[in-house]
Amino acid sequence: MSRLNILGAGLFSICLLGACSEGAWNNPNAPESGDESIYYSVIYAQPPKHLDPAQSYATDESLFISQIYEPPLTYHFLKRPYELIPLSLASMPTVEFLDRRRNPVEPGSDKIAFSRYTLTLRDDLRYQPHPAFAQDDSGAPLYLFDSAEQSDAYRIIPDFPESGSRLLSSDDFIYGIKRLADPRNKSPMLGFMAQHIVGLREFTYRLNHMDRGPWLDLDEQAMLGLERIDERRFTITIHDTYPQFVYWMAMHFFAPVAREVDRFYHNPGFKEKNLTLDWWPVGSGPYMMVKNDPNSEIVLQRNPNFHEDYYPSEGAPGDEELGYLQDAGKRLPFIDRAHFRLEREVLPLWTKFLQGYYDRSGEVHSNTSNYFDQAFSVSPDGLELSEEMRSHNLTISQDVKPSIYYYGFNMRDPVVGGYSEEKRKLRRALTIAFDLEEFGKVFEEGNIISAQSPIPPGIPGAIEGEAGINRYIYDWVDGEPRRKSIEYARQLMVEAGYPNGRDLETGEPLRIFIDTQSQAMQGANSAIPNWIARKIGRLGVQVEFRPADWNRTREKLMTGNTQIFSHGWLADYPDPENFMFMLYSPESPLICKCDGTNNSNYENPEYDKAFERMRVLEPGPERDAVVAELVEMWRRDAVWMITYHPLEFFLNNEWVYNTKRHGISKDTLKYVRVDDELRLQRQAEWNQPVTWPLLAGATGVIAMILPGLVAYRRRQRATLKSQG
Amino acid sequence: MKFVILWSDALIFLLVFALIAFFINLRRDPQTRERWSQVFGSRLGMVTFVVIMTYVLVALTDSIHFREALAPDPGGNGEQVFYDNKVRSVLDFALGDMGTQHERTYSAPFALNSFAKENLKDADGNDIRDFPRLVHAGIHLESVDQRSGDIAWNTVLGILKGLLVAGLLILPQWLLLRRSVFPWHMAWATQAVIICMASLLVQLSAFYHVLGTDVAGTDVLYQSIKGIRTGVLLGTLATLVMLPIAVTLGVAAGYFKGWVDDVVQYLYTTLSSIPGILLIAASVLLFQVYIDLNPDYFEVGLEKADAKFVALCFILGVTSWSTLCRLIRAETLKISQLEYVQAAIAFGVGNTRIVFRHILPNVVHIILITFVLEFSALVLAEAVLSYIGVGIDPSMPSWGNMINGARDELAREPTIWWTLVGAFFFMFMLVLAANLFSDLVRDAFDPRTSLKEPL
Amino acid sequence: MIAYIIRRLLYAIPILIGINLLTFTLFFVVNSPDDMARSQLGEKYVTEQAIENWKIENGYDKPLFLNREQEFPASITETIFYTKSVRLFAFDFGRSESGRDITSDVSQRMWPSLALALPNFVIGIWVNICVALMVVMFRGTKLDRWAVFVFVMLMSISYLFYIIGGQYLVAKQWKLVPISGFNAGVQPWKFLILPVLIGVVAGIGAGARWYRTLFIEEANQDYVRTARAKGLSEVAILFRHILPNALIPILTGVVVLIPTLFMGSLLMESFFGIPGLGNYMLEAIRSQDFAIVRAMVFIGSILYITGLLLTDISYTVADPRVRLS
Repeated sequence: MSRLNILGAGLFSICLLGACSEGAWNNPNAPESGDESIYYSVIYAQPPKHLDPAQSYATDESLFISQIYEPPLTYHFLKRPYELIPLSLASMPTVEFLDRRRNPVEPGSDKIAFSRYTLTLRDDLRYQPHPAFAQDDSGAPLYLFDSAEQSDAYRIIPDFPESGSRLLSSDDFIYGIKRLADPRNKSPMLGFMAQHIVGLREFTYRLNHMDRGPWLDLDEQAMLGLERIDERRFTITIHDTYPQFVYWMAMHFFAPVAREVDRFYHNPGFKEKNLTLDWWPVGSGPYMMVKNDPNSEIVLQRNPNFHEDYYPSEGAPGDEELGYLQDAGKRLPFIDRAHFRLEREVLPLWTKFLQGYYDRSGEVHSNTSNYFDQAFSVSPDGLELSEEMRSHNLTISQDVKPSIYYYGFNMRDPVVGGYSEEKRKLRRALTIAFDLEEFGKVFEEGNIISAQSPIPPGIPGAIEGEAGINRYIYDWVDGEPRRKSIEYARQLMVEAGYPNGRDLETGEPLRIFIDTQSQAMQGANSAIPNWIARKIGRLGVQVEFRPADWNRTREKLMTGNTQIFSHGWLADYPDPENFMFMLYSPESPLICKCDGTNNSNYENPEYDKAFERMRVLEPGPERDAVVAELVEMWRRDAVWMITYHPLEFFLNNEWVYNTKRHGISKDTLKYVRVDDELRLQRQAEWNQPVTWPLLAGATGVIAMILPGLVAYRRRQRATLKSQG
Repeated sequence: MKFVILWSDALIFLLVFALIAFFINLRRDPQTRERWSQVFGSRLGMVTFVVIMTYVLVALTDSIHFREALAPDPGGNGEQVFYDNKVRSVLDFALGDMGTQHERTYSAPFALNSFAKENLKDADGNDIRDFPRLVHAGIHLESVDQRSGDIAWNTVLGILKGLLVAGLLILPQWLLLRRSVFPWHMAWATQAVIICMASLLVQLSAFYHVLGTDVAGTDVLYQSIKGIRTGVLLGTLATLVMLPIAVTLGVAAGYFKGWVDDVVQYLYTTLSSIPGILLIAASVLLFQVYIDLNPDYFEVGLEKADAKFVALCFILGVTSWSTLCRLIRAETLKISQLEYVQAAIAFGVGNTRIVFRHILPNVVHIILITFVLEFSALVLAEAVLSYIGVGIDPSMPSWGNMINGARDELAREPTIWWTLVGAFFFMFMLVLAANLFSDLVRDAFDPRTSLKEPL
Repeated sequence: MIAYIIRRLLYAIPILIGINLLTFTLFFVVNSPDDMARSQLGEKYVTEQAIENWKIENGYDKPLFLNREQEFPASITETIFYTKSVRLFAFDFGRSESGRDITSDVSQRMWPSLALALPNFVIGIWVNICVALMVVMFRGTKLDRWAVFVFVMLMSISYLFYIIGGQYLVAKQWKLVPISGFNAGVQPWKFLILPVLIGVVAGIGAGARWYRTLFIEEANQDYVRTARAKGLSEVAILFRHILPNALIPILTGVVVLIPTLFMGSLLMESFFGIPGLGNYMLEAIRSQDFAIVRAMVFIGSILYITGLLLTDISYTVADPRVRLS
């Protein structure tokens, strides 16, 4: 028996000895050959579900899609405020305005019925090598099968021995847009784009009522608003004017999709093996997907056919000092291979980062706070790191996420809603009592900015400094906004008719109800409700929480059956319109009977009129003035209780360069450079195993067995003796 | 003051009364008495019983809820009295200010300063960044150096007070029971230790956060103690819910046989072949949606959380009745073959009479063993369910929620370990005591003294 | 025997139907097809039309259990329940709500689950038996009682603590093994050391205690006393009589677990990032992906029923006196 145990201990130590032959024992990565530059990063908690550019609409998915596909436009990597630049286009698109009969008219004319965008492609765009482009000697596609049995041998894309490539043409872009309209692709953009792109609604209707096989060649189905001019030029026509339409062209919904690829993925039996465009993207971008096992790892490899692209040589002020311009003019991309590993728990994730096995933290934050970058906090003096992290020479790159989180009042609620001066005062008092700055420090590690307006800093319309503060809630003290005192809030309560939180007439304490999403109040966040109740309780007001899951919360919002609710909004593009429309009354779910974004049901004709004007104005001082008007109305009416913008961070190990955080665009992997040598060196330094526990463990096991053996022998001898 | 009776409060007191009645009833049976004296005759039995009783006592005092009346409106309007929307319990009252002394955020056990730095003004009015002093911990100290002395002094004081109280409590017991054959001295020793510990904690908590504070600045010791009610109630109520189902179906199947047996067997095979966690998750989601859709049934937030809690107990009960049902069915089958039962049937004695006179009394030991065995399993399961996201409502204090919130804190530098330790300690003591006690009960009641379930 | 097996298999069908009905009802009360469509389509710019489309594409546009617009056979078959269940019985699990093929996912994820569960199971049993044997050698002594106490203590610690504590100490502080992950290409055993170690240690309490009881029960049998009276040494008795005889209840006790090894461990896989079925289930519960949950319930039930059948068969193998009828 003891022999068995020793054998086991021996086996275990052999296992461990085997481990030391490959560098550090705890290295989770494969040994590197040294001739490739590799990047290691994380997918946190949820693997991407959709990688089809028509279907995906989540940040963690666009992390991959943006490296592989190239939509017509993108944002400048370094410049702030955000600036649109051509990506797969040779130049920015041109726009002309048409009247009802499609005759050109002047910009600003009231006859405008359509806007027509003309896009001109670069001439050096080539697809990544992919079996869909493989051809036999006669030029016919190599991998077209009649039955599922024929393709039995191929389970994943790397299984196909042959591959091919070709130049992109304007057809590919048109094909991509038509895919948005195909109901089978379940694109979330279908409804929205149908309002804008001419002929898209009819196109969808036609496909829906068509007798179609497994695959439909969308090239054969014309769409009114899309017109091919030649190999490299095409036009998109939209209804009326929609100046923000260009921003959509920087999103992957407008990425090109090759007809051959679509055909290829509709081979019989492919869907059952998850060989779909949703799983194996094909594009012309800097990287291509070579491994997609979302349960554990996604690997991107440099696309050998990637067109010429160079690191920008100008940036925002301060970029020079931060070293973001060191690589100016160099050929992109720098990294040859990028590994993204799925991690579900914070402890392993964070540990690996500190051990040097992950290059950056914070690549994807579907939930900005509390999850990952816990080990530091941001103070007015800058970043505060713990001892260990300081010795690691970590750097940080931060940007404001173009989003808002807020607790909104339902303006139709009889208690907290309404537009009278009393009700405004009541709402302001509640806002002041909800100490947002403290909330940020306690629950968000200081990684939030208290919003002075619905528009996040860095986006036109947001005003920095004293001129930009919300005077109803804040005072300007010592060069920073300071929340008004709780005494002032109590005074407001008196004026609102609730002295000490009691109804002036009945003496009944005021009770408010806050609807939250239950998922957001779990784990470390479960202390939030009590904290809020404590803060608002300072006014004598009683707070009740009504957490519910997303579907139930949505139902409440749709029916206006809520008093105060928490909600968030992640902007699609950096324009004030994408924020201020959340108070536009036709967006109210109760008015439009749809999933509107004006969940506060704010109705103000003055606001609506100003908003409609702002929407079509060109950027400039005139527009800024209208935006300021809108913001003032939001402040005066105190529509939202608290509002904040989360900050997003990359924490970088010292061997990672060019990691400027971009609030909107995710296609920044091509700029990142990694010093592989330094990484190896640091990994070796940081991962010296502590071996005494092994010795102690072995000793412990022996110590447990030996006395047992001795005692046992003695006992047996005693038995023998007594018998003898 | 207005009393609030939550569903779980009502159920737990019902259970306690039922148990007391049950035991009084059982005392008449000499065989059962003998078995119980075997349990309490062992020193371990005494110790674990006292520990469990302490937990139960804490849970019961935490199950008497009330809402305090608000001070009359200074405006003088209205005769009506209004109540606070915070529901408190007798336990909160006994713990004093422990639950209301909030700090800003994390602080370590016995710390005087916060865990996070803040912008402060030093004596000269300059801005500095440092760890601020806590608002409620060690405010009576003039300087930090006095802390260890103060802690030591309060420790001695706490233990002395504890000894005094323990003496007062144990003396009457001693007078009453000194001639008893049972090892009561172990019970007294345990009581003394527990009382001293409690008194020590109360004494120290008046001045310090003994287990530190959590992210929102709430005392961790307070949370751990509040978790006791959740743990104890979950362990008992779930079994309470499942008992009637399992016993009725089990006895029916074993006694009536035929198609009844087939149906019952079909039911429990079906239920037990569904992976438990999926069944629980689905049912919990179902109840949550129901409760979310009917918010008007519940006046204060705690009532809603409590409804979810009772639902969870119910679900855990329903999903775990099959084992007990199977055992009871087998036992009933065996008993109904016995001669005197057969004779009773032959004499035309009614089914009800036979079941209540002959069968039920003979399966009681199975119920009892299952009850104590399930208890610790359920307490442990709560933590896992919270991790999966289908556990106790986050607004209710529970060890599972504490662990779930704390596992990320371990990743911090420096590590925040105290929440985990608090939950661990209180949970471990309860489960350990329950496990040891259940071993003894099983040894006493199960003639075969073997566990027939695998692993 | 074969007739018996066939009968048992037939008996499984109504059970599976019942299971299906139950999960179906539970999940559809919670989430209507509209809800499912919304959670899949995201939160922005969702239109009624998009929801309708989603329901049609995923086969949720029919009534749940009874189609009142159709004649009798069709009124049953033209429903979500029927169309979705029938395919399960053909082992076609269809697609998850997010569009992945479930069969293909399950067949991929099964192996990592097994890679963790099997060593855990085998080493666990081996260690438990060793420890139990050691304790049994000292039965009746103080050492035995203390050992049982230690077992109960080990049992009383929540599984979560074993995992969190193990990761924190072994991987974070001592840096002996990778803290999580599973890389089939690079020495997968390296990633398995820690979870297996934790699994085995966490199982010692309950496991060794159970084996000890079995051994002691065996040791109290008459034939053991006879053997001892014959003057056989303790070791000989232990290994020649007690162990082989106790193996029968051990075997029949653990056989039921073998098929469920495929299902993996929810907690272990989640904490150690192992891409197995346990993780798959957890993900499905959290994202309320009904199609996956239904498939997993089905697979789990089949494995459990197989386990019961194997147990019965193993009784006959272990003990020829038992006859199945």
